[in-house]
Amino acid sequence: MSVRTLPLLFLNLGGEMLYILDQRLRAQNIPADKARKDEWTEVDRKRVMNDITSTMFNKKFLGELFKPQELYSKKALRTVYDRLAHASIMRLNQGSMDKLYDLMTMAFKYQVLLCPRPKDVLLVTFNHLDAIKDFIRDSPVIVKQVDETFRKLIEVYGCLSAGEFQLIRQTLLIFFQDMHIRVSIFLKDKVQNSNGRFVLPTSGPVPWGTDVPGLIRMFNNKGEEVKRVEFKYGGNYVSAKNEGSFDLYGDRGLTLGTNMYNMSQPVETHVSEAPKNLPLNTTKASPAPNPLAKEELNFLARLMGGMEIKKTSGPEPGFRLNLFTTDEEEEHAALTRPEELSYQVINIQAAQDQQRNEELSRIMGEFEVHDQPPQNTSKGDDLLAMMDEL
Amino acid sequence: MMYRRERPLLLRSCPAALYNNLCVLPLPASGLAQFALVHGSNCELLSAVPNGLPLSHRLLHAKEGAGLNLPLITQAYWCVLPFRVLLVLTSQRGIQIYESDGSVMVYWHALDSSDALPAQALFARGIAASGHYICVGTWSGRVLVFDVPAKGPNIMLSEELNEHRMPVTDIAAEPAQGQDCVADVVTADDSGLLCVWKSGPEFKLLTRISGFGIPCPSVQLWQGSVAAGFGDGQIRIFEASSGALHVQINAHARSISALDLAPEAGKLLSGAEDSFVHIWKLSRNPDSGCIEVEHCHAECVTDTLVCGARFCDPKGSSFAVTGYDLAEILRYTCA
Repeated sequence: MSVRTLPLLFLNLGGEMLYILDQRLRAQNIPADKARKDEWTEVDRKRVMNDITSTMFNKKFLGELFKPQELYSKKALRTVYDRLAHASIMRLNQGSMDKLYDLMTMAFKYQVLLCPRPKDVLLVTFNHLDAIKDFIRDSPVIVKQVDETFRKLIEVYGCLSAGEFQLIRQTLLIFFQDMHIRVSIFLKDKVQNSNGRFVLPTSGPVPWGTDVPGLIRMFNNKGEEVKRVEFKYGGNYVSAKNEGSFDLYGDRGLTLGTNMYNMSQPVETHVSEAPKNLPLNTTKASPAPNPLAKEELNFLARLMGGMEIKKTSGPEPGFRLNLFTTDEEEEHAALTRPEELSYQVINIQAAQDQQRNEELSRIMGEFEVHDQPPQNTSKGDDLLAMMDEL
Repeated sequence: MMYRRERPLLLRSCPAALYNNLCVLPLPASGLAQFALVHGSNCELLSAVPNGLPLSHRLLHAKEGAGLNLPLITQAYWCVLPFRVLLVLTSQRGIQIYESDGSVMVYWHALDSSDALPAQALFARGIAASGHYICVGTWSGRVLVFDVPAKGPNIMLSEELNEHRMPVTDIAAEPAQGQDCVADVVTADDSGLLCVWKSGPEFKLLTRISGFGIPCPSVQLWQGSVAAGFGDGQIRIFEASSGALHVQINAHARSISALDLAPEAGKLLSGAEDSFVHIWKLSRNPDSGCIEVEHCHAECVTDTLVCGARFCDPKGSSFAVTGYDLAEILRYTCA
């Protein structure tokens, strides 16, 4: 409903994606002198992080993102991340891409749900951006891109009312509705139950601006307090210590949105829908998936048109990253993914009505291998390659 | 006062994390109760006996308009009028009014988007009935008042109230019929502003109670007192005629999402995003005439962001709760 939700959704999901890729790439790191041609090195890892980050924070791309608009479907958004993940020399198979997206979305869903105040989603975003700046700190050009985005966020969201932030929160929760994928790191840390729902703590600090529950104050017509009664509210809260910082730099006051992956833990997901209690006579709850609406295709066209992908020099092989422990596991995961969890990544070429996809066709037409203008070469190859993969 | 959990009602889908996302219509004649909640572009209706399985299920859909995506429904509410009961759905496109069982749509009103700024979200939200009027709030703060005939589809837009400048969150009407109450409607918005009205062919603004920038998601009116729940977890109770604050409760640790009233017992129910539901007893001090509150019951709906809470009978001996990511309506009855 809120037309200001997309930038927050995109940046936070993108941040989670970078956390996961960074952790996975580090886990597969081989020292440069010992690495074979097809193994990851530290240099490769930094390059992938830089490439993806600079694509994500591309000015033209963000310009499109920040335009007031409704949220698009999970399908459409997934396409953007597919593209983003392939913005460098790294390649991901379907199974790994599915798992990556599961982890990203469940992490941000958790962060939104647990935000003390609706406005704190902005602090969560800043936590992601702070960490991203650290990933790419060796590249001042990209750091500048991220700082620009910081400023844009402060400009757009800094003066929104509590009501507008609550609407953003509600819009995000509607987007994440019906997603109950169980994530091992969450199950282990007891922040998620085995039924896929997140734990909502009833203790700890209250949000900034809220009083600890348990007090009733009664006043007379003159405004004087005449009675004060305490009651047992059932939780165990304490006062908030400080408000997080909304500046370019500062203590955000929240751990939500910081990097929860560390080197020692392999990141696992169980891709099973938690058992649902269904009434006996139910028909399948979700309707048959409909093809992307024209508006969504146009949105994708605009966004991807704004993505400038660096050209990889020469016929370099794409390095494949596997989010599973073995290739067999990865393939098995892709094959056995339950139907209702399929992201059904779009096959844009299968869209029949050329009229409907006029903008996308135009862009694709521009990228014909034979007569494209020189500066579009890299975009064309990669875009077509990606389309073919879908 | 103790409440025990009853058999929950299984839902086809989980309710959206929106305010006031449950409405209950008791049908004492048949011993049934009807439940309504919203999810995405649909409104799910069920009917059931107390502690029984759902007997009937119906899904209503948002009326599509031009533009992308199916419009979201923001609220479902049964308006009990003197000669009929109508089910009102508000969405991003407009207002749909049905016969109470959802079988027939009798009226459609499209929202006017002509004066919307580009970054504004458009929707209708906040529904109440007072006498033969149905009041519906909108994103601009405007409250639409519809005049409803005793039967038939000739519902007419009677008036537009322009007191609010922020999106309307909730509207409540005095439940007591025929009581000698001057104030009988209260409207609330995203800034926490409360407006108290006298309904009629021309609504009259009686009191304005300023907000502090914190939304008031839910409001109730009972015997001349306004009970309002806020985004900072407080419940504040005001004298409707003067706007004087009589009670301030640090009730919840997160935003309140729903309030309901059991008018025959003066009981107030509050549900919030902190997973708690509380029951309060309202009363008037015979000496001072001021409103007083007593806490009656606390219920923790573990790990659930409560988005709807309603009493199932006018004495408040039972209540129902909905939650985000919860595929059932929880029911509780006085032990």
